[in-house]
Amino acid sequence: MTTAQTAHLPGAPGHEAHGGPGGHDMGEIQAFGFWIYLMSDLIVFSALFATYVVMAHNYAGGPTPKDLFELPAVLVETMLLLTSSAAYGLAMVAMHKGDLRSVRLGLVAAFALGLGFLVMELAEFQHFIGIGAGPDRSGFLSAFFTLVGTHGLHVTFGLLWIVVMLAQLSSKGLTAPVKGRLTRLGMFWHFLDIVWIGVFTVVYLLGVVQ
Amino acid sequence: MFGKLTLAAVPYHDPIVMGAVVGSLLGALAVLGLITYLKKWPYLWCEWLTSVDHKKIGIMYIILSLIMLLRGFSDAIMMRAQQAMAVGASPGFLPPDHFNQVFSAHGTIMILFMAMPFLSGLMNIVVPQQIGARDVAFPFLNAVSLWLSVAGALLVMVSLGVGEFSKAGWSGYTPLTELAYSPDTGVDYWLWSIQISGVGTLLTGINFLVTIIKMRAPGMTLMRMPLFTWTALLTNILIIFAFPMLTAALLMLSLDRYLGMHFFTNDLGGNTMMYINLFWTWGHPEVYIVILPAFGIYSEVVATFSRKRIFGYTSLVYATAVIMFLSFAVWAHHFFTMGTSANVNIFFGISTMVIAIPTGVKVFNWLFTMYKGRVRMTTPMLWTIGFLTTFVLGGLTGVLMSIPPADYVLHNSLFLIAHFHNMLIPGTLFGFLAGFAYWFPKATGFKLDETWGKRSFWCWLIGFYMSFVPLYVLGFMGMPRRMQHYDNPAWQLPLIIAAVGTLIIAAGIGCMLMQLFVSFMNRKANADTTGDPWDGRTLEWATASPPAVYNFAVIPEVRDIDAFWDMKERGVAYERPERYEDIVMPKNSWHGFVLGVVAFVFGFAVIWHIWWLAAVTTLGMIAVVTARGCADDLFMVIPAKEVARIEDARVRPALHGAAR
Amino acid sequence: MKRNTASAFAAVLGLCALAALSGCSELALLDPKGPIGEAERRLIFIAFGLMLIVVIPVIVMAVWFPHKYRESNTEAEYAPKWSHSGRIELVMWLIPMVIVILLSTLLWIETHRLDPYKPLAAPDKQLPVEVVSLDWKWLFIYPQQGVAVVNELVFPAGMPLAFDITSDTVMTSFFIPRLGSQIYAMGGMRTKLHLLADTEGEYVGQNQQFSGAGYPDMFFPARAVSQAGFDAWLQKVKASPDKLDMARFDELRKPGLAAGPVYFSKVEPGIFEAILGKYDPMTKQGSPQPAGHSGHGGYGGQGGHGGQTGHQGHGQ
Repeated sequence: MTTAQTAHLPGAPGHEAHGGPGGHDMGEIQAFGFWIYLMSDLIVFSALFATYVVMAHNYAGGPTPKDLFELPAVLVETMLLLTSSAAYGLAMVAMHKGDLRSVRLGLVAAFALGLGFLVMELAEFQHFIGIGAGPDRSGFLSAFFTLVGTHGLHVTFGLLWIVVMLAQLSSKGLTAPVKGRLTRLGMFWHFLDIVWIGVFTVVYLLGVVQ
Repeated sequence: MFGKLTLAAVPYHDPIVMGAVVGSLLGALAVLGLITYLKKWPYLWCEWLTSVDHKKIGIMYIILSLIMLLRGFSDAIMMRAQQAMAVGASPGFLPPDHFNQVFSAHGTIMILFMAMPFLSGLMNIVVPQQIGARDVAFPFLNAVSLWLSVAGALLVMVSLGVGEFSKAGWSGYTPLTELAYSPDTGVDYWLWSIQISGVGTLLTGINFLVTIIKMRAPGMTLMRMPLFTWTALLTNILIIFAFPMLTAALLMLSLDRYLGMHFFTNDLGGNTMMYINLFWTWGHPEVYIVILPAFGIYSEVVATFSRKRIFGYTSLVYATAVIMFLSFAVWAHHFFTMGTSANVNIFFGISTMVIAIPTGVKVFNWLFTMYKGRVRMTTPMLWTIGFLTTFVLGGLTGVLMSIPPADYVLHNSLFLIAHFHNMLIPGTLFGFLAGFAYWFPKATGFKLDETWGKRSFWCWLIGFYMSFVPLYVLGFMGMPRRMQHYDNPAWQLPLIIAAVGTLIIAAGIGCMLMQLFVSFMNRKANADTTGDPWDGRTLEWATASPPAVYNFAVIPEVRDIDAFWDMKERGVAYERPERYEDIVMPKNSWHGFVLGVVAFVFGFAVIWHIWWLAAVTTLGMIAVVTARGCADDLFMVIPAKEVARIEDARVRPALHGAAR
Repeated sequence: MKRNTASAFAAVLGLCALAALSGCSELALLDPKGPIGEAERRLIFIAFGLMLIVVIPVIVMAVWFPHKYRESNTEAEYAPKWSHSGRIELVMWLIPMVIVILLSTLLWIETHRLDPYKPLAAPDKQLPVEVVSLDWKWLFIYPQQGVAVVNELVFPAGMPLAFDITSDTVMTSFFIPRLGSQIYAMGGMRTKLHLLADTEGEYVGQNQQFSGAGYPDMFFPARAVSQAGFDAWLQKVKASPDKLDMARFDELRKPGLAAGPVYFSKVEPGIFEAILGKYDPMTKQGSPQPAGHSGHGGYGGQGGHGGQTGHQGHGQ
């Protein structure tokens, strides 16, 4: 928190879509607000992480991480999500250059890779449930499905958002509000990477190693 | 087709419940009928339901809060009446099934649907004006927050007539709230009403944090912020950190109940204590979420009505910040008796006690603000002094219970109930009522009637002591909380005294309603034409009463903690600028209201397992959010000419008033 | 403002009178019958007294200042800009700090001294009792005597008691107000409590944690008797034809109230551990659905009562 002033007297920048009440820089304010939102979302995840760690050994006589997790597949999932993020990064570079075509290409790639991640995750879930290791089997599996599933749900919403942004790019082009939304979507998308790294380490790696 | 919902869900057989249902429905119908008769629907839609103006949203929040206060308080009367009667063989008039719902609803409503909306309402009306801003950072999100809160409150109200509310207490301890022990829909009503309004609260937290950090008027450094804004800032930080914990805990409990998972069950690897920990990592900060802004209100009120600068501003700010940080390190004091080791209990006991230091400092700050002042005994000031004298007793009993061995005997007794009501009524509620009386003319343009306000105060204060001192005594008599009936005849007399106390509080609420009615009838005589009815010190008094939609035609420059007082001293308070500029303001939007309606239907659908409807409303919510997310044309421009016309119309009486 | 304090004092005084009328004996916590309860009462009085050092001046100032500096009193000094005094601020931080430091020291010492887990005598000199809370009754198992009782606790006065506590239902809290400390009972957890009654008499025992429909009826008599009285009572229990094994226990745990005390002359050894083991989070489990509740289905009848270990609540 700094005491930096962002207020301008009326008449200063902004009767465009970018400006808001009192002439404050809405782009910056929205980005800051979105950061705060991500932070609160991170707290939801940390509660789920904490619960997972507490319940990590509550197998209730059921399967353990060693029985279930297949690291190579999870590694592929991780790579998919990370490359999706990288593709999104390239789209952002293109956005700053004003290259609409590359932005679209980057978004489509990010979408496809993200979808691949989601499909693999769902396949894993389906497999577990199929062999009797569903979320209702034990406290450990409840915590596992909920933590990983909540992340998956976020990815789903991210994918939906990418589709909406692709539609906006087609109908509106690279206007200032669209750019702002793309920036925030980017923050969201990279944030999901960070959470996933946590999931990968705490759930999969530590689960198999111990 | 309708999931678990059948006609049997309506409690026809219970005359008390049906009376309440019919009463609420008639009340709602009367209001709707009146609106139709007066042909006010378009006005209501354009000016209120779709409004993104923080002042109107604030007023709607407070209306919601007052309605829920009436509901929550009638629960309180029923509990006190039941306990005054149900001794020995007498079953009283509420069967356990109903009594258990009543105390669960009372707690849930008072904390989440009375205190929280009241707090959001006051923040909405005051904070942007105090920091010299024209609106909040995200006006539309603000409307979403409001309508999600309304949706949650409506779900609680619906549980009265369709099905039932939770019978497991407002804190919903597991495994009692698990399907194995509470198979009915009551717990689901509790879960979803809190979950939906909780999202709204979280958005409010984000919104106001960004507003306060980013939108202050030039010159208003952090250490020049008014104290209400300071407490609002810290409360919003607490909201952002604490509410996600609640969201996560309730999510896991829902998964247990809906998908048969085992987070908090006794069996199959569940951990019941995990819920209790998660709940109180939200629950304790929540106490400070509702009380810190009340502290802010007392600070404003005591300075204004002592006609003196607040004593020890810096101390107050740091004390509040210390309380905020400590509030995250005390949650385990809610369960010293869980069998945790002595050292853990000592840690949480001492951290709880340490909170008494900054709180004590604040009390001394308020006292020394009155010292060498010119104290005006207005209603807000009465609430403040009532708070100072009563709150310290609650603090005393609180510190007492922070000593683990003392808590081993006092825990979960009526002593505990008396303690936290002693914090929440004279602490939070008196503060909010002081703020209500203080800022009422700002929001509406006319003052509240002082006579009825004072009557209300005395009824509340005397009623409070009569209701809760007997509960302290009952705690020492070993009476546990939440008893639907009891055998010990010695407990009855104090319980009867407490019930009479509750009736005195009821008279206080009656006086409040009378005060509103009388003030409205005399609104011409009580009108505030100056915008500064109390000779105020902070920037909200620089605007008109009620303020123009843009609050400030010219954003003020701040040079002092008491910014407006300073402007008045320098003689620039009512200065007309050479020329006005165009002002950009957000346009109204239907999305927030519709989102609230859809969220309400969604909540109802999942409570009753009407899966098709839940799916449709989920898609509906996504559609509304997407529609709003794609909208670009969000602002309107108020031309300079129009601004000049509005300002000239208001500054004249204000100048006149100032000259008086 | 005088009315304010007057009404407050009137209320407090009235209540004191009320307490006196109903007799001090009704104030269970202020009239304890054992050393734990006595120590806790003393602690409450000391802490209360220490805090009055701040509370009373605050109440006096809160009434006196607004009265003295009321608007109509133009005689009083008016210093509108006076808002800071290093000396006053120092004092107002220091006084609460000193009191909190004193109280914290007291808290530290007493929390260790009155730790419910701390035995009051050597293991062979105390009476172990295993407590199981059920919907909505209490089961007391006397492992050394090999008997069990529902809703009646009898023990020799002067004998240190060592309770091992668990729950086969939702969380409850085991509390005998006149003897002191309460502790939670939780499924799959073992909590411990040590109490002692130094005078004979019948005291009220109760559940202090809301646990559903039958909660207000979870009271039981806790009778401290002479050694001879205890032996006689044991004979009475041992004369009962009823025996407690897992099958009988499954019947007992069905939700409902117990009409009066139920005596079991014999108890299946290790039954307390078996009840704990039902909820062991690690091992495969039986069917702990509370009979009679319309609970969700799932893992019913997967096997016997697996684990013999209940993990301890301590340190969780």
